[in-house]
Amino acid sequence: MAQTAAETHAPTQHHYTTTGLDNRKVAIWMFIGSECMLFASLISTYLIYKGKSLVGPLPHEAWTNPQTGQTFPAILDIPVTSVSTFVLLMSSFSMVMALAAIEARVRPRPSNPGFWWKVENSSKLWLLMTCLMGATFLGFQAYEFTSFVHEGLTIRKNLFGSSFFTLTGFHGAHVTAGVIWLGTLLAIDMKRGLQPKDAVWVDIAALYWHFVDVVWIAIFTLVYLIQ
Amino acid sequence: MAHETPGHDNPDHAHEHPTWKQYRWVALILTVITALEVWAYYVPKLVASPFFVPLLLIMSAVKFIIVVMFYMHLKYDHRLFRALFTGPLAIAMATLIGLLFLLARTGAEMRG
Repeated sequence: MAQTAAETHAPTQHHYTTTGLDNRKVAIWMFIGSECMLFASLISTYLIYKGKSLVGPLPHEAWTNPQTGQTFPAILDIPVTSVSTFVLLMSSFSMVMALAAIEARVRPRPSNPGFWWKVENSSKLWLLMTCLMGATFLGFQAYEFTSFVHEGLTIRKNLFGSSFFTLTGFHGAHVTAGVIWLGTLLAIDMKRGLQPKDAVWVDIAALYWHFVDVVWIAIFTLVYLIQ
Repeated sequence: MAHETPGHDNPDHAHEHPTWKQYRWVALILTVITALEVWAYYVPKLVASPFFVPLLLIMSAVKFIIVVMFYMHLKYDHRLFRALFTGPLAIAMATLIGLLFLLARTGAEMRG
């Protein structure tokens, strides 16, 4: 009886729905759809409050406090954010490479695989790179938040601070969750090796990761570049 | 050579995915567009022109679509997944645009 139950829950079992689709993928797409609406509301809030702050620091222009005479420079650091944006974009590339490497494991290994074959088919390498790039992005964000606070911008300072920290903070929290998720996949890959039957789990994590990336594509343009 | 997602006989995995070469091209295109966006930010004449915002929005939309189509495999996946993503995205976009128009108008009316 116990053996039957164990077989029923074997990891190779597919989770089909009446649509013929894997319900885990249906679930992640529904989740991503709901996340679209969450981030749209946050971006809407930022854009509605844009330019309505009564006191500085401001994102794109310097501001002088009329009472103290203290001048605050434009606070957004475009070069630094451009680098972090590039890092996040490249992490999406390494993520698809990780998935492709796992899916490619059903094909026979060449008798004498070359260096590049080994690189392209190393899911551990690509997952590790994705984790590291995600962590690097978070490091950039921590640096940005810290420097903003030192320059006088906090979440309570003005409308820009409130909407900016809420929007980018929510995004950062999603990146953090993604890094932890990918870290667990990497740990599983290190321990027992991810197989093609596990590809759907990696695919789901990859979809989440790419979604976090596309949200940042929108944030980078709407918050950082458009003045 | 496009490789199929092997090991899965379920319909959502029965489609072709892009090749590694295509993934590299996509990464290169994304990098070039990002570089163009940042370059545009530092050209004062372009920033002052009325084309600046639409140009940035178009470049951002192209990047968004490329990632969704190729990295998220929506181009190759089942149409239900496409509907599950584009439906809420359309609602989100409509809400965003609606709110911006509504509140911009309210603000203008309040100012006089």
